Amino acid sequence: MEVIGPTMETEKLEEYQELATKIRAHCLHMTHRGMSGHLGSMLSMADLLAVLYTSILQVDPQNPDWDERDRFVLSKGHGGAAVYAVLAEKGFFPMEWLNTYYLDDGKLSGHISHHVPGVEFSTGSLGHGLPVAVGMALAARNDGKRHRIFCLMSDGDCNEGSTWEALMFAAHHRLDNLIVIVDYNRVQALGKMENVIEMEPFAPKLHLFGWSVRGIDGHDYEAIETTLSDLPFEPGKPSWLLASTTKCKGISRLENTVGSHYGCVNDDELAEALAELGVSE
Amino acid sequence: MRSAFNEELLKIAAQDDRIYMVLADIGYGEIEPFAEAFPDRFYNCGVAEQNMTGVACGLAMEGKIAITYSIANFPTLRCLEQIRNDVCYHDQNVKIVIIGGGLAYGSLGVSHHSTEDIAIMRSLPDCVVVCPADIQEARAATHAMIEHQGAFYYRCGYKKEPDLHQGQIDFRLGEAIQVSDGSDVTLIGTGTVTYRAWQAAELLAGEGIKARVISMHTVKPIDREAIVTAARQTGAIVTVEEHNICGGLGGAVAEVIAEAGIGIRFKMIALPDQYVHIVGTHEWLLDYYGFSPQGIANMVQDLLASGN
Repeated sequence: MEVIGPTMETEKLEEYQELATKIRAHCLHMTHRGMSGHLGSMLSMADLLAVLYTSILQVDPQNPDWDERDRFVLSKGHGGAAVYAVLAEKGFFPMEWLNTYYLDDGKLSGHISHHVPGVEFSTGSLGHGLPVAVGMALAARNDGKRHRIFCLMSDGDCNEGSTWEALMFAAHHRLDNLIVIVDYNRVQALGKMENVIEMEPFAPKLHLFGWSVRGIDGHDYEAIETTLSDLPFEPGKPSWLLASTTKCKGISRLENTVGSHYGCVNDDELAEALAELGVSE
Repeated sequence: MRSAFNEELLKIAAQDDRIYMVLADIGYGEIEPFAEAFPDRFYNCGVAEQNMTGVACGLAMEGKIAITYSIANFPTLRCLEQIRNDVCYHDQNVKIVIIGGGLAYGSLGVSHHSTEDIAIMRSLPDCVVVCPADIQEARAATHAMIEHQGAFYYRCGYKKEPDLHQGQIDFRLGEAIQVSDGSDVTLIGTGTVTYRAWQAAELLAGEGIKARVISMHTVKPIDREAIVTAARQTGAIVTVEEHNICGGLGGAVAEVIAEAGIGIRFKMIALPDQYVHIVGTHEWLLDYYGFSPQGIANMVQDLLASGN
């Protein structure tokens, strides 16, 4: 773990907190409205997204295809609603689109879609994001461009063989413009990671594979901002951030549950969850 | 044919710095000139076809023309989901090139036989499917592949196949080439086995049967007009393909004929719907499965005699 600098300004902290709460509330409404799943996967990465889209990613809501933008690939496409939420909050598209998530003739599909402004790449089947991000990083480096490529993955994503193919390639080619963030909530579709495929010792594995690895609390705004503000972690190596998170963070009765992977909330639970988040609707 | 492909690609890449080769540790003796000429546009991903295809897609998303290249099923079936979800769904400029379509790698066995690829690749929306019949077609198809914007499947031959076309051809994507004219039956082939269909037509000529021979190098988008015209003018169509009988060229031609509402005599000469459980070279296996010129000619005669 890196030494954290001076305490973050309260104002910035509140900004992140406020945005993350909005993301969580949107996800609750969207999944409730569509009776869709993956609420837990969305809420575990809400804090990461709040910091990324406020302070880290160089993107322009008015010009989503800006050539010099940082590329953000969500490999855990099942959590796409959380990205839709942050993109709407940042003005990439009208807020009303969120109301159409998962619904007939809707603007937003259940898994993340590149048809939405601000979304770089569609995923949904795991193990697809990193190889494509690697190709983007290769092109950027060969073209002498300065933008970075961020790939946000789930720990389940790291079960896929294609992920390991890609991370070996990225290390071999020293792609230090590539940053992987793992939403390390340790809960996957059918069970806790320790009962499915234990990834630990995770950081040493990646280190041995040639990546520069750091670990943080994925809900600690200050740690997220500080760690991602100084990239790459090491010149000549791709960066791997293990962000330890809690599945369905913020809804205490669902936190760290396997059920929250496929789940959403019913009418009563929605009111209770929103109250816990401290939002009125 | 594979040498012709690599020669043409090398020439094009010298003029177009968007072209990248992204391989999975296959191509020995063929790809070295590209690797030496353009080291910053040549990437061997190691034995990792999924990553190869994903990297190619990522490069294409940044404006490159990425060519994945390997033998038989390796760059298609092993990474089919990457081709579908990443390349085709995102409409990216990735060219999937296989060396040794059909039974070309004969004695190496089923793992190296590409015999379901046409059916699978043509079912992917927006993916062009091309199977050159001879070296002249292969050279022209390489240029057409680069000029085409989008996903492209190129089924290349493995060795020095005989020339199907005697004169110069006018190769256009989606437009079949008539090799010889005839009024009694039309033989439609795709890929290198088309040469055997032409040889069969020569044998049939000796029997007084005038067979039209068409090279359907582009299986998708297929040349509907050539098929419908052949059906109307000759009244009988025989498809010839080095591919499983399910869903390949024969299926594609049958779809056109059925939709056009033309009742004709029709036969698909293809591999049976079973795996190859015997050992043999390419030519031997082709003969075994009925693709000898005489074997094809016999099946054509049987069709014409049956009246069905």
